[in-house]
Amino acid sequence: MTRNVTVLEAGDAALVARFEARIDPAVNARAIRTAEIFRRGAPVGVRDVVVGYASVTVYFDPLAADPGALRDAIAHAAAQAAGAERGAGRVVDIPVRYGGADGPDLEEVAAFARCTPEEVVRLHAAPLYRVYMIGFVPGFPYLASVDPRIAMPRRETPRRLVPAGSVGIAGSQTGIYPTATPGGWRIIGRTDIVLFDMAEEPRALLAPGDRVRFVPVEGPTRRP
Amino acid sequence: MKRRSIRIVKPGLLTTVQDEGRWGWQHLGVPVAGPMDAGSLRLANRLVGNDPRAAALEITLIGPELQFDGDVVVALTGADVEATLDGRPVPRRVAVAAAAGSILRFGPRRRGARAYLAVRGGIDVEPVAGSRATGVAARFGPLGGRPLRSGDVLPVGDLISEEPVWQVVDESRLPPLPEGGATVRLLWGPDEFPAAARERLLTARFIVSIDSNRMGYRLEGPRLVGGGGEQLSEATPIGSLQVPPSGQPILLMADRQTTGGYARIGTVITADLDLAGQLAPGDWIAFAPCDRAEAIAALRARRATADLEAGSR
Repeated sequence: MTRNVTVLEAGDAALVARFEARIDPAVNARAIRTAEIFRRGAPVGVRDVVVGYASVTVYFDPLAADPGALRDAIAHAAAQAAGAERGAGRVVDIPVRYGGADGPDLEEVAAFARCTPEEVVRLHAAPLYRVYMIGFVPGFPYLASVDPRIAMPRRETPRRLVPAGSVGIAGSQTGIYPTATPGGWRIIGRTDIVLFDMAEEPRALLAPGDRVRFVPVEGPTRRP
Repeated sequence: MKRRSIRIVKPGLLTTVQDEGRWGWQHLGVPVAGPMDAGSLRLANRLVGNDPRAAALEITLIGPELQFDGDVVVALTGADVEATLDGRPVPRRVAVAAAAGSILRFGPRRRGARAYLAVRGGIDVEPVAGSRATGVAARFGPLGGRPLRSGDVLPVGDLISEEPVWQVVDESRLPPLPEGGATVRLLWGPDEFPAAARERLLTARFIVSIDSNRMGYRLEGPRLVGGGGEQLSEATPIGSLQVPPSGQPILLMADRQTTGGYARIGTVITADLDLAGQLAPGDWIAFAPCDRAEAIAALRARRATADLEAGSR
């Protein structure tokens, strides 16, 4: 029985299983568990399995895989994943230098929130955020949920280059740029922690289901 | 024996090393990259007798100048672009011997946007995460994930196939290159859009804007309204037609990011991605509906034309 999940075609080489469309740890935990169970079955012709906030997308070779069998496998995994554990992920501390050159948008967020920059830092660093998904660029974690008071929408025009390690806010999401890249999030701080390195094991520091606590610090930061 | 190599004398507009693509890492945000016209890459490898996983060069609009440091066998496929080897015209879609020291130059393009140059043995640069595909936007891939530059020297490998080398290309069975534009087929979804928006998508011609590249094509044309706009981020397959709040669709291509939050009205079928990959800014693009069975049949047919039988002229 597959309550609250819809499996849709996303072209002829991908299927997406969508759960309830909201940022919710329980929904996300179910998506993560669905992906785990599905992968374990090692179905033929599968190329990638990607978790979203509330979805799992299965990529397959359209001539080698049997989409009917894949649909069944996804639906079966989703049914088994109902009621998955929410808070099992480990906690990772991310030291952040807030404001100044490291946080060029901190003042703007303070103006948006009608409070002081110090208060913005306090509100940003207070919660234990969940890593909902990895995407956008290698190793980029989507973290939620940001305190509504400081949940400023992203910039209209992205910056040409956001420095590596920048910590940003886009509405209810917060994240960390693993590498320098164009970006539209509001940058309020920076960390030196390495988020992604193909030569390391694990290659990405954070995985869906992990939790992150931002720790305001002065001075240089190091990988734990 | 001295290793053969290809020296980049001039890099052209955008020349990159590509293989079939980097699968298996999208869960970490690593893009697939790979060729914009996979069929032409596959054909080029076949013509020189390479393993299908061998890497080749993708040449965009304005081609490079290359020197071969060693006797090699090459094949040029994809866009119809003028090419000469030591001043002599290079025929397309056939294996060509290039002597040590010879220079390959490109001239004006006639049709299509991307040409593929395969060398027998493959381009043997160091793979990253199991692939030699270059994701330019993410700077992920061999040589630091960047386009080729003057002075680069690319070693030639030995990724040769056991299969017989294809010698004849039945041109009539290959899909045509765009002539000013192309119509591609799509499957609807995964997001619902009003019937009026779907109708508009099927009856309009869109222009591939100048803001188009390997990540995707920004299309200019009638606005598609009534879709969800921004929604929860999820994985974004190649060929996805996103509709941002502006209503101007974006067709996601080889270097697309792994996830996105815009509603998607449809996905171009795999068989027609090669054709889409041959469009350049300024070309038009139109869409036609398709169902799954037709999409798979078209892909089988497309693969069959690439797997051509050796024969005599």
